[in-house]
Formats: sequence, structure tokens, C-alpha cells
Amino acid sequence: MTDLATEAGPAGRSARSGSAEGEETGPVLAADGRPLKQSLRRALRAEKLRALALIAPLLIFILVTFIAPIADMLFRSVENEIVSETLPRTTVALEQWDHTSGEMPGDDVLAAFTYDLVAAAERKQHTRLGTRLNYEMTGISSLFRKTGRRVDDFGEVYLDQFVALTPAWEEPATWMSLMAEPGWSAQYEEWLADRAAAEEADRDFETPQPLFEVKDGVADVLPETADAYGEFARIAQVENDDNPAAEEPWAPVYLALYRDLAQATPDSVATLGADAQALLEPARAAVAGFDTVPLSEMFVDAEEDWADPDVWATIQAFAPDYTAGYFLASVDLQKTPDGVSAQPEDQRIYMLLFKRTLFMSLVIMGSCVLLGYPIAYLLSNLPLRTSNLLLILVLLPFWTSLLVRTSAWKVLLQQQGVINDVLVWIGLVADDGRLVMINNQFGTIVAMTHILLPFMILPLYSVMKTIPPSYVRAAKSLGATNWTAFWRVYFPQSVPGIGAGCILVFILSIGYYITPELVGGTTGTFISNRIAYHISSSLNWGLAAALGTILLAVVLILYWAYDKLVGIDNVSLG
Amino acid sequence: MKLKSILLATGAALVAAPASFAQDMTDSMTLVSWGGAYQQSQINAYADPYKEMHEGLEVVWDESSNEAVAKLRAMNEAGNITWDLVDVVASDAMRLCDEGLAMEYDPDELLAPAPDGTPASEDFGDLIVSDCFIPQIVYSTTFGYRTDMVGDTPPSTVCDVFDLEAYPGKRSLEKRPINNMEWALYCDGVAKEDIYDVLETEEGQDRAFAKLDEIKDQVVWWSAGADTPQLLADGEVVIGSTYNGRLFSLIEEQDQPVAMLWDMQVFDLDGWIIPTGLSDEALARVKDFVNFATDTQRLADQAKYISYGPARASSAPLVGEHAELGIKMAPHMPTDPANASNTLLYNYEWWADYRDDLDAKFQAWLAQ
Repeated sequence: MTDLATEAGPAGRSARSGSAEGEETGPVLAADGRPLKQSLRRALRAEKLRALALIAPLLIFILVTFIAPIADMLFRSVENEIVSETLPRTTVALEQWDHTSGEMPGDDVLAAFTYDLVAAAERKQHTRLGTRLNYEMTGISSLFRKTGRRVDDFGEVYLDQFVALTPAWEEPATWMSLMAEPGWSAQYEEWLADRAAAEEADRDFETPQPLFEVKDGVADVLPETADAYGEFARIAQVENDDNPAAEEPWAPVYLALYRDLAQATPDSVATLGADAQALLEPARAAVAGFDTVPLSEMFVDAEEDWADPDVWATIQAFAPDYTAGYFLASVDLQKTPDGVSAQPEDQRIYMLLFKRTLFMSLVIMGSCVLLGYPIAYLLSNLPLRTSNLLLILVLLPFWTSLLVRTSAWKVLLQQQGVINDVLVWIGLVADDGRLVMINNQFGTIVAMTHILLPFMILPLYSVMKTIPPSYVRAAKSLGATNWTAFWRVYFPQSVPGIGAGCILVFILSIGYYITPELVGGTTGTFISNRIAYHISSSLNWGLAAALGTILLAVVLILYWAYDKLVGIDNVSLG
Repeated sequence: MKLKSILLATGAALVAAPASFAQDMTDSMTLVSWGGAYQQSQINAYADPYKEMHEGLEVVWDESSNEAVAKLRAMNEAGNITWDLVDVVASDAMRLCDEGLAMEYDPDELLAPAPDGTPASEDFGDLIVSDCFIPQIVYSTTFGYRTDMVGDTPPSTVCDVFDLEAYPGKRSLEKRPINNMEWALYCDGVAKEDIYDVLETEEGQDRAFAKLDEIKDQVVWWSAGADTPQLLADGEVVIGSTYNGRLFSLIEEQDQPVAMLWDMQVFDLDGWIIPTGLSDEALARVKDFVNFATDTQRLADQAKYISYGPARASSAPLVGEHAELGIKMAPHMPTDPANASNTLLYNYEWWADYRDDLDAKFQAWLAQ
């Protein structure tokens, strides 16, 4: 193309004149003195940009409303951040735990879990996580729900003892002065005052509140306490819109304090300053003599299932941010702490459904070809007036509600239905031996073939319309029989229509869901019925996304295979 | 008398109004319900009367209760809640509450007390099964049978459903484990109070499936509440389970040769939840409406249009006659003592745990 351009056009002249003078051939220049190639590329690029700008609205529309949501949905099939987001400390602490030990994890893990769970319960996230983990192990849902109600009492035994030792431990102010960064306290006071002023003046107040910050150095001496109290203070601010300086901390904060002080030395406590030392040192000295309750006992006391190491192994196995668990579940495998294993036999269903979906879609496609081809042939060979009328008959069911058509099949096919009544009446079938034609595979295939038939007839018809009748006549005049003329001359020319119709019908039927749900019974349901169930009933969106992704992949692979075998160029909609 | 009590109740609502309704309220609200006769009963009993009291108020109905949990979750993720009040079954209310998608409320603050002054929390009693759930009705899933297809001895217990010899023919059951597993175990000789303990074990589940296996070939599985009434009307099935209100309209309104089998009916609840994240104005409007729509008279009024029992104890004596048929509604209520001699209360907590697991097993069993 560019070569051609150098030969012609106004720029060509200067180039030729240059070489005519026997000088060295430099780059071909355009009229404005730029190299021609560059100038052409510019022109082309401008054109491309203009074209892009023209389709941009549509492109953006499709990206935003179609591609992005689908991608987002499919991404859920591997996404598993809910565990590590809801239980950040536990997932880290659990990494070291050996799930084959047959015992509950140790106190460090349980303490981390207590802080996580109390925070999650305040944010109302614990039950959502329970639902998520219940997909993997039955019973975790209620374990989280019930324990979530009680976890803010965990550590009460320490709270009581600290308060008995120094009543000031009960005071929110004590905690504030011990924990809060003075700079934050000042900022927060200021923010509170601003907000009060805004409310007074009835103004909108949008400034976000400064979130609680722990005083420097505290985290070194009292790591867990700083962490637990910080969480408490921020949740009080954000979730409840309370001033943490006026709220007594949760009991688990005292648990953290107890655990920290048991590790602390007089020297480390001294680094926090004289005031803090005066408060902490007596407590530090006393904790060794505190009555203690093992954390495991607190949990087992709340719900005895916590003693089951499988619960913890499940949390551990699903701690990573991304999981293959949903995909494994979609092919009847399961992810266990010991690796991948097959689902128990009485729960395997998805492979069966995938196979059934593919098989039935193929059968439906085949019966659409068988029924649609003669109709399309007839339509394309009739005079226009008649064929238009018949075409309306083909399209008529197309304009009727899908549900109406499906229900009509129920009326026709059921045991007390029209067809059975007629068969019994003419004596073909005994009254007590009425045929079962609905709520099974047969019913689904019949109803779906009927519903999808127009998608086969229309592309076939439009392709057949373009086949000149003279070809068949020519074949016949050369001595071909009717069959040879049809099979060797007419049929090959209609193949693009069959291809288009088959792809349309197959892809539509593979994702069909309403008709199989209504007339499929137990043996005629498709994989899409399970996807719909997981989307709207069980709310296991990850599994639904994994099933959907697999279905999409299967369609793409089949499409690719079709392209290799038949060639996608051989598909025509007319 | 009835007019007087309506006036009194309205008056009470108006007197109570200024305190809590001082702030601005939106002049439109979107209510989500189930469509059909049930939604119509809500419109007749309280949505229309409420609209008459508040001129210019626009009420939009969305028939999405079936997928309310999924849709609310999606709305919440998108950060755009477009519903103001959602009608859901109790188990869904619990899930929404669990996920933080429904608002917790204080019954005595939000709901009107009974006319005799009993606080709402006592009037509704145990039916407030979740902190977010505002009960409206008690319904039940129970059986109806063709009177002309069962011979001279109509079925009297739920176990007759499993008796193919005495009652040959097809039956329709819901395409999910809930209720079916309980009935199967009960008819396999498990005492009612032990059903969930037995069902918790692998053997118990196998036992329930084995019992269902006996009739599996003869079962038409339904997934929409309208299926069983249709199958009964067509004579496709001899006996089938569905919601009692559907059977009522089949028997009384459509006059089909069908009768109720109340034995071992499974009670369930339906009510409102308020989604979290409403604006102050929308919330004020919804609270005002809920207070009105769940008062004693309104819940009793609803029973004029559909045979579901009002969730308030104080509404029961006010239940009158059907608005069009003029028949007494009390004997058609699932809670009527004559109907409720042997019942089962759906165990929400238990199913919340075992639903995923048992559903997978149930579907695999169905597909075998």
C-alpha cells in the first residue's frame, strides 16, 4: 500500500525528479516537506481516531454495562477475600497451626480470633462470613452467629479482676489517656466542636472524622492491647458514631491487656512514662496471680463445636484471598485441608448437569434442524405472498410470551392433557397407562424445540432465499435426479444457514433456564437452573460464577471447534 | 362496631403521630411483595387506606420478594438501595439481618400497641423471630387432595401422602428439602420433637431419602406456589403440598373438588423488613407506614382477603368474613384450633445451617 503510494500522487514527483538528477534517494517527501510515510501514517491515524470517536459511545456503553459487570461476576468465582478481611489476625495466626494435630489451635490463635470476631460482630460481618464458610462445612453459620452474640463477654473475668485491682480501669478516660495519641485527641475534639457548630447553624457537615490513633510506643509494650483497643475505638467512631473517650472498652480488650502484661517487664512498662507506669505496674505485678480461664474453654463453653479441629482447618484452608474452591465444587470436587478430593457421592451433581445440558442442547439443535429445514425450504420456494403469510405463522409464537408457550405445552402434554386424552379416546393408550410426556427430558426437548425453532428457520430461510433456483434446474437438465440435484447442488449452498441456525439454537439452549425449570421435572433440568438457584436462593455467588465461567468456556471451545471443523466463514445469516 | 374500631385505631395513630413524625417524609415509597392475591390483600387492607390518609403519596409495588435477598445484596454492593420496605419470609429476614442488609428495630418503639395497651413485643410474641423481622401473617405449607379421587376414606394424616396403596396416583411436593424431609421422617416413625435431631445425622438424612424414595416415581416436583393448585385442578395429582392460601382460593373461590389436609402443616411466617441505608426522610415514611400497616385492625383486615392468620394475638378475635364470598374466615386460618391440632414449626436456625448441604444432597438425589 505504501509502496503504491510512493509511485503516485504529488509527493511522487519530487522523489522521481530527485532520482532523475542522479542524487542519492532520500526519504520520499510530501508537499509540506515531511517524509511521506510519516504524513500518511498521520492521516491514517487521524482517520482511525475519528472512527474510534464515532463508535466510542457504543463501546463505552458496552464496556460499562455489559463487559464490566460480567467480568466482575466471573471474578467472584475465585475471589475469597472475605475470610482474610473479616479475620485478618486469625488468618495470619493460623498459618502456623497444624490442622492434622487433631486439637484446637493454641491461645495465640484463639486470642487473635476473639479480637477479630468481636470486631466483625460489631460491624455485622461475622454472620456473612459464617454463611460463606457454611458452604464448605455445615454448621459454621450458626457457630459464628451464636458466638458473635457472646464474644464481647470473652475476657470479662479479666475485666473484673483489673477493676477490682484498680477501679480506674473501668473508666473510659483511663484508657484514653493510656492509649490515644494526644495529637489525635486534639483533632477529634476540634472535629466534634465543628460538627456541633454545623448542627447548630443547620449546615451540612461532610468532613470525615479523624480516626483513632494509638500513642507512639504503646504498641511496642502492649501490642495486642493497642491493636484491640484501636479497633474498638475506631469501630465506636465509625459504626456507632460514639465518642470512644466516653465508652468502656469491650471485655476482649481486657483479655489483650492481661495477655500483654503477662509478657511485659517492669522496664518495658517504664518506657511508657510515669503516669502509665503508675497505672500499669501494679497490674503487671498482679496478673501472675489472676484467676484465668483458658480461651479454648470460653469458646467451647459458648459453642462446643469450636472444639472440632475441622472448623479451624476449614478457616485455614479458605484463608487465602483467592481460592479454587468454587471451581472445584463446580466439577464435583472439593477443597479440603488435605488437598483436593472428590465430593461425597450423594452430593455429586454438576458434572451430570453439564453433560445433560450439552446432550439436550445438541438434541434440541438436531430436532430444530430436522423440523426447520423443510419449513424453510418450503418458505423460500413459495411465491412471496404465500411465503410472507407463512412466515408470520412462524413468527407468531415468537411474539407470544415464553411463559404462555411453556404453559401451553403443559396443558398439551400432561397426563390429563389434550394429547393423552385423544390417545385414550381413540384407544391407542389405556386410561391407566397414560403417557408421561412432561416434567421429564422429553417435555423439555419438545417445549424448547418449539420455542427455539424460529431461530433455526429464519437464518435458513434467509440463506435459502439467496440460492438461485436456476442451479437446481441446471443440474436437473444435466441429468441429475431430484435427490442428486438437491443433495449435491442445493444442500451445500444452504449449509451456511444451517451453521448459523445451529450456533444460535445451541448457544441459546445451553443457557436456557425458565422452560427447563417449568417442564423439566427432575431429569430435564439444565445447569442454568442450578446457577439461578445459587444466584437467587442459596446466595452462593462464587459457585454460581464458577459454573457460569465453565459454561462460557465450554461455549467458546465449541465455537472454536466449529470454526476449525466447518469454518466460521461458512456461517451466514442471509 | 367495626367502623368504630377503625376510627379509634386511626385516631390513636393520629394522636401518636406528632411525636415521631415531626420530621420530613418522602412522598413516595417502594414496597416489595409477592404479587398475586397476597399483594392484593396488602393493598386492600392497608396500602390503599394509608394512601387515602396521606394525599399525594405515591406507592410503587415491586413483585420481587422471591429474590429479595439476592437483589438487596446486589443493591447494597452497588450502594444504591431503591426499596423502602420489603416483604419476605422469616428465613430470608434472618439472612438479611445476618448480612446486615436489614435494619434492626425495637418492636415497642416502631409498632403500635394492641388496642388494650399490650405492647407490640408481647402482642407479636415469639413470632418476632429475628431482630429485623416485622411479622404480618402466619401461613402454612400443607396438603390439599382431590375429593373425587380418594375413594370413601379421604386422607387424614400427612403419612397418607406416602401411602401409594390406599391413595394411588401422583403427588406434588416442593422441589426442595425443607418440609419434605421433616414429613418423611415423621412418617417413618420419628417423634415430632426428635425430627431435627435425627435429620442432623447422616443416617437420619438417608432415612428421610429412603422414605421419599418410596414415592419418588409418583411425585411431580413444584417450584412455584401456583403449580399444585393447577395440578389439582387438572386432576394431574391426587394430593399435593402448597401454601394454604392458594388452596383456599382453589376450594372456595374456584370451587374445585379439593379439600384441605391440615395434619402436620408446617407453619411459616411472612413479614416486613426495612433495608439498611435508607435516607432519613424515606425511613421516617416507612416507619410511619409500618406502624399503621401492622396495627391490630389492619392485620385483621388483611384476613378478609386471604386466608392467612394475622401475626398479632390481638387481631385474631377481629378476623371477620371474606370480603367477597361473605364466608367466615376463621375456620380457614391455619392457626384455627381445629386446623392446628398437629403442626410443625419450621426450624429457621437449623435450616440456616443445613440448607446448603441438604440441598446439594437433595438435588443429587432428585437427579439420580
